[in-house]
Amino acid sequence: MDVLNVDYMLGLVPVLLRYLPLTLQLAGIGMVLALILACLFAVVRVLRIPVLNQLTIVFISFFRGTPLLVQLFLFYYGLPQLVSALTVIDGITATIMGLTMHFSAYMAESIRAAIVGVDRSQTEAALSIGMTNGQLMRRIVLPQATRVALPTLMNYFIDMIKATSLAFTLGVTELMGATQKEASGSFLYFEAFIVAAIMYWIVVELLSKLQHHLEIRLNKAYSR
Amino acid sequence: MIKLASLSKHFGKSVVLDGIDLTIEKGEIVVVIGPSGTGKSTLLRCINFLEQPTAGTMSVGDLTVDVNRASRADILAMRRRTAFVFQNYALFANKTALQNIAERLLVVDRWPKAKAYQRARDILERIGLADKADAYPASMSGGQQQRVGIGRAMAAGAEVILFDEPTSSLDPEWVEEVLGLMKQLAAERQTMMVVTHEMSFARDVADRVIFIDGGRIVEQGPPDEIFHHPQDPRTQDFLKKILASNTV
Repeated sequence: MDVLNVDYMLGLVPVLLRYLPLTLQLAGIGMVLALILACLFAVVRVLRIPVLNQLTIVFISFFRGTPLLVQLFLFYYGLPQLVSALTVIDGITATIMGLTMHFSAYMAESIRAAIVGVDRSQTEAALSIGMTNGQLMRRIVLPQATRVALPTLMNYFIDMIKATSLAFTLGVTELMGATQKEASGSFLYFEAFIVAAIMYWIVVELLSKLQHHLEIRLNKAYSR
Repeated sequence: MIKLASLSKHFGKSVVLDGIDLTIEKGEIVVVIGPSGTGKSTLLRCINFLEQPTAGTMSVGDLTVDVNRASRADILAMRRRTAFVFQNYALFANKTALQNIAERLLVVDRWPKAKAYQRARDILERIGLADKADAYPASMSGGQQQRVGIGRAMAAGAEVILFDEPTSSLDPEWVEEVLGLMKQLAAERQTMMVVTHEMSFARDVADRVIFIDGGRIVEQGPPDEIFHHPQDPRTQDFLKKILASNTV
């Protein structure tokens, strides 16, 4: 085996860095949308809103029960075949849709568990002073559930950042797609992919630091 | 004024409240006593609609509802007229003492922030916890938490404050400070309905003591009469048991 071509690796860093923003955008937008969707699902499940509850259960079951790659192909290749208006869906949109639905299904369950975990007596106290269900959720339950759910949600976010690499199968040139192109030009596969791997790793490490700070802040109210 | 007429609550087949008729005058302090599991707490919870009563009518102030026809708006309106103090305090864990008290003024009554916090600070002053304004429940003693719980109930300007065994989960060292605050409220003629096992509080503070057993009001009257000349054998029996461990 040859020694690693370090010069090539160093030269690759600025090239690949140009594609990192797209990777982060895919994950960032996907996460925000997935969070919104997951909160809605969780509230529907907790309040057992008729019809919506059943639909949500099926949705969650499907998106948890099938591989993300299959879902991405369904959105990108499958939907346009059924509905011709959907041929406008490009790889980026399809990726964001896939990430959003796939991860919202997982996150809905952990948010639901966190909501159910909030002390029932606080719910009664909020109702006793005349709050509506919406006010109760927004002001009392969700803020406390956030604290409980945060570590799991951050894990999903980290997972989602890595999952954006699947976008290259839809022809999106994000970090993984760019690396693949560079590597097949130079044939230095190990060097190229180890640089990409380290980039993902650094991003995830930075996020873990952020998570640590957020946890300290959110725990402030609960320490003696 | 509060008026309950034929108020009933069934859980499945078991009848927890069996046609309660009760009128409480403005400024009256009513203490409800009775054996465990006889519907005392359920009675308070029904008045606040934390439990949906099975039948009957309730009036609080100018609002009268037939419990079977109560709309969501009726239920909210009834809750806004009746404040509740919980056995386990049930403070909002994500809010400071000040925010716990101001919460309902801000969210339910939609007061401007400055006014709501001013009122909350006044109440903290009255309950002797002005220095705890920014403390979270987790950092307060049980007694302090329950005083904030009472403060939260005071904020509303409710027609009546319902106390559901407010000292039962407290360590003995904190019981006095909570009872002290309740006595202070009673002296201000705040209408109160108190479920408690603190017989000395009932004797010293109540205008009327109500003995409930089997979901019915068995006997009621001024504390002197109930404690010293109970008429019904069930009342006599209950008092004999409870006074053995409680000096009146």
